[in-house]
Amino acid sequence: MAKIEIKNLSKDFVANGIKTVHAVKNASLTVNDGEVVVIIGPSGSGKSTLLRSVNMLETPTSGQIFIDDVEVTNPKTDLRKVREEVGMVFQSFNLFPHLTVLDNITLAPRKVLKMDKAKAEELAYKLLDKVGLKDKAKNHPTQLSGGQQQRVAIARSLAMNPKAMLFDEPTSALDPEMIKEVLDVMLSLAKDGTTMLLVTHEMGFARAAADKVVFMDSGEIIEEGTPEEMFTHPKSERTKSFLDHIL
Amino acid sequence: MDNKSIETLVKTETIRKKVVSVDSSKDEKVQTITMTDGPLIPKKGEKHLMTSWRITFFLALAILLLLIIFKPDPYREIFIVCIKGAPVTFEVTIFAIIGAVIIGVFTGLGSVSKHHIINMISGVYVEFIRGIPLLVQLIFIYYALGRFFHIEGMIAAIISLSICFGAYMGEIVRAGIQAIPKGQMEAATALGLTRTQAFIHVILPQTAKVILPAIGNEFISMLKDSSLVSQLALADILRKGREYISRTFLSLETMLVVALIYLIFTLVLSRLVGLLEERLHKNG
Repeated sequence: MAKIEIKNLSKDFVANGIKTVHAVKNASLTVNDGEVVVIIGPSGSGKSTLLRSVNMLETPTSGQIFIDDVEVTNPKTDLRKVREEVGMVFQSFNLFPHLTVLDNITLAPRKVLKMDKAKAEELAYKLLDKVGLKDKAKNHPTQLSGGQQQRVAIARSLAMNPKAMLFDEPTSALDPEMIKEVLDVMLSLAKDGTTMLLVTHEMGFARAAADKVVFMDSGEIIEEGTPEEMFTHPKSERTKSFLDHIL
Repeated sequence: MDNKSIETLVKTETIRKKVVSVDSSKDEKVQTITMTDGPLIPKKGEKHLMTSWRITFFLALAILLLLIIFKPDPYREIFIVCIKGAPVTFEVTIFAIIGAVIIGVFTGLGSVSKHHIINMISGVYVEFIRGIPLLVQLIFIYYALGRFFHIEGMIAAIISLSICFGAYMGEIVRAGIQAIPKGQMEAATALGLTRTQAFIHVILPQTAKVILPAIGNEFISMLKDSSLVSQLALADILRKGREYISRTFLSLETMLVVALIYLIFTLVLSRLVGLLEERLHKNG
């Protein structure tokens, strides 16, 4: 398992060549080994950008990110190696539509870890069993519901045996009745002691599983604390008004 | 968006738009009217097109048959002479399309490459080819190949056509790659795959499916444009016709038969491409 440290991270986007958008402003955050940290905040507050910076899907403008004391933001760091060790689950699942569920899961272990086919498939079946989809192994992703696709996506990430998992609004694209099945899988991961950093609107999940909740607004981390503190006694007015709107 | 809707979108919009008016401006708001130079691809759902296809096809077939049967002198002889060029036409077309796809894949990959020099090379190649008339290029490359590499006849014609069509194919491949949602590359690299691995196992297989109908279109265009090789002393359909004219001076009659033969070939092929597209849609 791993520790993620984000130090003074900023990310600017240049829109239309003129206007600069400060997506993330000087954000610092630590996720300790085995911790579950949930980032909440209004849309456009830079949550996803911050999360996506951790495995460098977004290149930060300034600041540093360390995973187990390896500086991810250092240009000399082998990013591929970092990404191999950090799993990521996307809002839009991003399963590979031309491959079966089984091949979706075995692709990275086989190509990156050079695992042989039989071993990779054995692992895939084990993970599919864990997310409750063993019988869907031979299906194509389009034949699955949104919730099932997201569970496959989680299994696909787990197949690389990652040190930490990133979740970028994993349930936002799902119909309400499918959210629970995905959250259940995530809860069991959290209980297993997986280091997790999430962006989500599921306050129930944050309350049940998070060690720490971080509130972001207009690119800044406004405050952080235990779910208990954050939901019952938020210090900042902005946090309070955000929570009033969604709870 | 689910995959089906993406694919539909890609097939109906992106490819046609990007491939046809390849310079479709980045400003989405600008309305552009686009048109293919290839034949229209009739599909089951498009009744109007299907009807025009049927009328044209059966009319062409009927005229050709009637001429051959009821006016065998000279039409029968003309037909027999011209159709002897068909194997050459098809040989050139099929090998040149294979060449063009190979060149196109590299050009397409080059134009989405993050490597600036590779990017520029593909860009310049595409600009060069697109700015020169096909006939001029064909003759130029043909003579260049002949003089510097001593390659002659059929092979030179196939290479020339491949280079000419490779540029357009490159644009098709580029549009196809760009039509694949960004999340696919992100997911692949987030799993630890290198960009090359991601292209080979994730992006290109999806691109292939998406651009197949467009390649079919190019195949038909190639069949038509292969008539240009008659300029290079290759005995294709058109060349056979022109040789016949120089012997008999029956220019109008001969060209009528030549035109009908090409028309029937392209119409059959366009329907086949339509069927292919329908199948792809069904399989999602």
